Amino acid sequence: MEIRVPILKIKNYLIVPIQVDLDDNAAARLQRDILIRIEQTGARGVIIDISVLDLVDSYLGRLLGDTAQMAELMDARVVLTGMQPPVALTLVELGLRLDNIYTALDMESGIELLESLL
Amino acid sequence: MERTRHISISNEHDIVLCRRSSRELARELGFNLVDQTRITTTASELARNIFEYAKKGEVIIGVIENHEGHLGLKMTFIDKGPGIDNLDAALGEGWTSHRGMGLGLPGSKKLMDEFNIESIVGKGTTVTVVKWQK
Repeated sequence: MEIRVPILKIKNYLIVPIQVDLDDNAAARLQRDILIRIEQTGARGVIIDISVLDLVDSYLGRLLGDTAQMAELMDARVVLTGMQPPVALTLVELGLRLDNIYTALDMESGIELLESLL
Repeated sequence: MERTRHISISNEHDIVLCRRSSRELARELGFNLVDQTRITTTASELARNIFEYAKKGEVIIGVIENHEGHLGLKMTFIDKGPGIDNLDAALGEGWTSHRGMGLGLPGSKKLMDEFNIESIVGKGTTVTVVKWQK
């Protein structure tokens, strides 16, 4: 069973809606796919939407933070959008810090944030 | 009512099954969304520890009742892996593993109401956690 997250290109941005609970392999593959798509398209901004995810554990949290840092090295900014309140609460209790990633409440404000950054 | 679930851990997808199973039982027991998330996140962290350090093991998720009639969700994570040499260090947040930044044990301790770990080097590790209904 192969789970593949779609990566959509709109203007200068990549939109990555994570709609299913990813296992660690699928999450790592998504990270690679995002970087490859940044290279292929020259996208300057990436929105990773997690509004339907009811869980972000330390592995996925760290992987998303790393992805943002890697994208930054390729001159693209990553915004994480739509984190549910219980997920935010649990991540902080768990002790995971996501210092290196931009966040926005929803995709629309994520796009606005990217426009202000670029 | 048989609510105990056994999940064998031997690949990445089993970690997903483990969090799904814990979510189902937490929901059945009427835990609120925040506690469901705490339980499911703990299940994910500790199941991954099994896979990462012992390659395989077993998770048992079930219901317990205390003497006051309060119900709780109990999860036990058992492996016959290498065991942990220095438990104090492993429970401290400075401890780093190559994945997940070593938050699994100290993080789970914070997310759950009860946390117990027994580990013997060369024999394996058993972690037991409980979340009580409010």
